[in-house]
Amino acid sequence: MTIVFVVILAAIVVWAVMAFNRLIALKGQTLNGWKQIDVQLKRRHDLIPNLVNAVKGAMEFEKETLDAVISARNQAVKIQADALPTGGVAALAQAEAKLTSALSGLNVVVERYPDLKATSNVAQLQEELTSTENRVAFSRQHYNDIATSYNVLQQQFPWSLLTGFAKAIPVELWEIVDDTDREVPNVDLSMK
Amino acid sequence: MSDANLFEQQRVNRRRSAIVVTIFLLFFAWVGFGGDLAFNLLTAEADPQEYHHTIPWIGIVATLLALGITWHARRNGPKRVLWATGARELIATKRQEEKVLINVVEEMAIASGLPAPKIWVVPDKDPNAFATGNDKASHIAVTEGLLNTLSRDELQGVVAHEMAHIRNHDVRLMTLLAALIGVITLMSDAAWRTMYVSGRGRGGGGGRGGSGGKKGNLGAIILVLWLITLLIAPLLSRLLALGVSRKRELLADASAAQFTRNPASLATALRKIEDSSAPTVAIGRGSAHLCIADPLGRRLTHKQGFIADLLATHPPMGIRVARLKAMAFQYEQTGVLPESV
Repeated sequence: MTIVFVVILAAIVVWAVMAFNRLIALKGQTLNGWKQIDVQLKRRHDLIPNLVNAVKGAMEFEKETLDAVISARNQAVKIQADALPTGGVAALAQAEAKLTSALSGLNVVVERYPDLKATSNVAQLQEELTSTENRVAFSRQHYNDIATSYNVLQQQFPWSLLTGFAKAIPVELWEIVDDTDREVPNVDLSMK
Repeated sequence: MSDANLFEQQRVNRRRSAIVVTIFLLFFAWVGFGGDLAFNLLTAEADPQEYHHTIPWIGIVATLLALGITWHARRNGPKRVLWATGARELIATKRQEEKVLINVVEEMAIASGLPAPKIWVVPDKDPNAFATGNDKASHIAVTEGLLNTLSRDELQGVVAHEMAHIRNHDVRLMTLLAALIGVITLMSDAAWRTMYVSGRGRGGGGGRGGSGGKKGNLGAIILVLWLITLLIAPLLSRLLALGVSRKRELLADASAAQFTRNPASLATALRKIEDSSAPTVAIGRGSAHLCIADPLGRRLTHKQGFIADLLATHPPMGIRVARLKAMAFQYEQTGVLPESV
């Protein structure tokens, strides 16, 4: 009788250790995914002053567009400093979305200056910018995937018993908060 | 691909690698000890003062050799494969296309959550790409033709496909297979050549008499069997490689779509690679199964049916493109990318 009891107890302990390790592993992957986003955002923020400097000379009279980019960038840098997966993701997502729309405004303007686009320096910076935007998007995608499995695991039955023990708390996903995506375009067909 | 699927795929690949290594070792052991047995029987009834083959040293040497080769293939296989294609490593560059390639590879490493692989460029005009690696490092190689032919998005699709092979641990099995096929082919060539030379030499001598007894006959039969295995081994090993590679291509296409969330651009990339049907000269027969599209430009890859199923290294391009397009369509309709179709 005691032997059966001991065996069952041992099985429970083994299972608990394995489940605990799985939670910890996923937690590590989630934090790693978040760090990757951080790295890519920093890359993005560092690149923007270079881009602005490269186009500034040729675009004196587009000062508003450039200022919008710079201020959105500075705002994002400030918010990034204290964003964590467990809080502040939404605010950061919003700041970055604002920066994205400011940048696409700048891109539209650059398209209007064929001479500027033809300089190889600007062409290179544009490729860098494209790549950086992609990196941000892909690191976000990876983080969301891994964070979702982490959150789901925490809620599933046997693992949910261990969340306190593993110090696992649900993390925030990086939702797309691009206002321009949600807005319904205003179409006026009255032809006044 | 979900976690469970990924682990399952990695497990299957580990098991396949073990099977491939076992078959390879058994083959060498048979070549060695089979030869010993034949010689033992052939010399058993010779005069006492003549040579008697009693110690199976051929078998021992062959098996040890096979162990050494396997170890070497695991460790240096990727280097050999890259060297055979004449690829050069891309580190820093001034050319815009190559800069884009470096960026795209890093983007896909981020999307797949893997460390960035090393990048190689193969000097060949035909568009093609492959990945190789072992447990220490991974490599992605693309041809110059690929860089010149594809748009940025399409290049991203191709790189994502190779990244998926790396993540599923396909590259380890494939590289091992490529290296071992190379060795077997080499051995078989040597056997053919020896047979040819000794066949000519014996024409005048009239054969070796004296070993007429029962044991001698058995020895001769084993010798013939032994030669036959040696001669057809390359064919068999290549068939093994075929069976291993086709299903993986479809899986890697689906994973690539997961990484880029853009199945359509991989589909157009595959079409473009397919349309330039010239063979990729730089990539030989032994590593054909590593590439994204059959580098030999064989017509078989375009066909469906039994023979094509048996002999092609890659699934028909039509099926791959159709699957990717179906994924793209579903993604557009529902906003959720299906795991596969």
